[in-house]
Amino acid sequence: MDLNYSQDELSFRDEVRSWLESNLPQDLRQKVADYAHLSKDDLVRWHKILAKQGWVAPAWPKEWGGTGWNVVQRYIFEEELGYVGAPPLIPFGLTMCAAVLLQFGTEAQKKKFLPRIYNCDDFWCQGYSEPGSGSDLASLKTRAVREKDSYVVNGQKIWTTLAHYADWIFCLVRTDSGEKRQEGISFLLIDMKTPGITVRPLILMDGAHEVNEVFFDDVKVPAENLVFQEGKGWTVAKYLLGYERMNTGRIGESKRQLAKLKAYAAPRMDDLRFRDRLSRLEVELMALEITNLRFLDRMRRSGQPPGADVSMLKIKGTEIQQGLTELMMQAADPAASDEFSESIRKRYLSMRKTTIYAGSNEIQRNIIAKMTLGL
Amino acid sequence: MNFDYSEEQQLLADSVRRLLQKDYGFEARKKMVASKEGYSPEVWAKFAEMGLTALPLPSDYGGFGGGAVDLMGVMDAFGEALVVEPLVPTLVGALLVAKGGSSELKQAILPAVAEGRMKLALAHGELGARYQLSAIKTKASGTKLEGAKSAVLGAPMADRLIVSTHGGGLFVVDAKNVKQEPFTTLDQMRAADLMLQAVEGIPLRGGLALIEEAVDFATALACAEAAGAMKFACDTTLEYLKTRKQFGVPIGTFQALQHRIVDLYIAQEQARSMACLACSKVDSSENPADRARAVSAAKIKIADNARLISQEAVQLHGGMGMSEELKISHTFRRLTVLAQQYGDADHHLERFASL
Repeated sequence: MDLNYSQDELSFRDEVRSWLESNLPQDLRQKVADYAHLSKDDLVRWHKILAKQGWVAPAWPKEWGGTGWNVVQRYIFEEELGYVGAPPLIPFGLTMCAAVLLQFGTEAQKKKFLPRIYNCDDFWCQGYSEPGSGSDLASLKTRAVREKDSYVVNGQKIWTTLAHYADWIFCLVRTDSGEKRQEGISFLLIDMKTPGITVRPLILMDGAHEVNEVFFDDVKVPAENLVFQEGKGWTVAKYLLGYERMNTGRIGESKRQLAKLKAYAAPRMDDLRFRDRLSRLEVELMALEITNLRFLDRMRRSGQPPGADVSMLKIKGTEIQQGLTELMMQAADPAASDEFSESIRKRYLSMRKTTIYAGSNEIQRNIIAKMTLGL
Repeated sequence: MNFDYSEEQQLLADSVRRLLQKDYGFEARKKMVASKEGYSPEVWAKFAEMGLTALPLPSDYGGFGGGAVDLMGVMDAFGEALVVEPLVPTLVGALLVAKGGSSELKQAILPAVAEGRMKLALAHGELGARYQLSAIKTKASGTKLEGAKSAVLGAPMADRLIVSTHGGGLFVVDAKNVKQEPFTTLDQMRAADLMLQAVEGIPLRGGLALIEEAVDFATALACAEAAGAMKFACDTTLEYLKTRKQFGVPIGTFQALQHRIVDLYIAQEQARSMACLACSKVDSSENPADRARAVSAAKIKIADNARLISQEAVQLHGGMGMSEELKISHTFRRLTVLAQQYGDADHHLERFASL
């Protein structure tokens, strides 16, 4: 047992770290540090810098632009991105749609979409949730009816993150309303410029426009944009779930927030009640980090994809993120109304979403209960 | 980075587990606890035969030069089986002798410990000192010791006691020369209060820093032991949820209970991770502050999660969880003690923040 990174892993980390130091634009770094709004241009600019370096999609196969790094190197890379405070890489194209295409897409679909995802020529969003279908995703009602070479899509998606930036959306749609509802679902790629699509903003309690409602009104989608088989969308969605969960620990990001909190809250550290809450959170983060490394070590040795128990990384990771923002808000002077103090409070509001999105933490517990514990 | 046990570590852990499965069932353990000695000399001899008493001792004195990580799998199995034999007190005492003793003293004690012929205990805690290693009042006048020690784990069966004194002095004394008031702890271990009246001791070098090191070593082992006990508590509770029926269905079909057991499994994994951290840093830290920080962080998590898991395990067992007849109530007692041993969460929060 050796909890330290090997010499090779350490030099890899140093290489990534020093590259980030000299290539992450200062203005973007400052915006992230200030919790300021990141525009589409900001997100795309950073994506393209990483793409140019060849580091934007480490997990992809090498032939499509992957780096060939092992799981530990990929983890180190992500951790360094979070730790330095780089703008987020929006996962809908890079990790989600790409993972699906690589596993289930045709050669033509891969050739058409993957290079444009790699270079962020297309900005993607994810059309899963509907007004009546949140945790119970398989109850979704947006319909796609086959008419010759097209599907005609009618319905509504909700909570669609960054749909207002998106060129494309991948959607779960109902192509059959038979007995077994999971079997009537299909996975469609839809061009957001298609007539009949309306995007309407949903403003969250922090005042930010991040999520949307997306309406489909007789939207004609070429049948070649179906991924895998008609009626097999649920298989695709389930495959994607595992991918989504492995990345939600956000340990590098939380480490940065912790360091920031410690500096920011330094004047409050003689308040033992506050100090102990901070220490417990730090210990929680240490435990999460080691647990994450244990999972990675297991994956590296077994060569197997993560099991259902990685759901605990999502549960713990998001609880820690929320705990950090809450303590940060409490560290702020309650009488202060300067921009930074206000942004800390808004961040507290905003971060409540983390335990709800990407499969609520209750759904994650259901998954562990069923898949890992056999209940 | 690598979380595997080495082949030797795995083999040792497996054979300890096999031995405990065979000789240390719940009923067999009851008899050992109720016996006059309060432990099983036969099991102790088998531990020695397997090399457990020699494992972390220096190789010049009959040991194998191992560390806390080498003992992790063993402690894990001990936690599961609720072993009462005084291995940790003996090994902690041996560490103090190995680091602070003259070569004559080491020769007199360590090979005997390694062979299982001699047991040790660390007589450190005193009434009112709580977990403060420096708040010790026992006085040394030259090599004559005067004072009182409380709740010294393993003292009733120890041959030699390592006694701490005011200012960080450490002395080895013959257990025969010390007046003992033995008792059984909450978790059915044997301990004693000690009266030292002009007891002759052999001094060890090292002072407070050495005591810190030894207690951190013991704490890391306690963390590993707690991880094993927590794993058992989770597994047996899960089994209960699957078999206990109410309202015509296994109670594990209720989501309210499913989410609670999931939280226990997560807590158990987090605790295990921290036990890995503590044991690995105890072995590899060059800087005592790094070691102390890791051990305190681990103990905070272990204490919090031991409390959560033990309390919830009893609750989810319903009335059966309260019963003396079920092992879970004994695991509850062990976890309650482990949560406090070598410092509770509050103590380690203070230490963690000061480092």
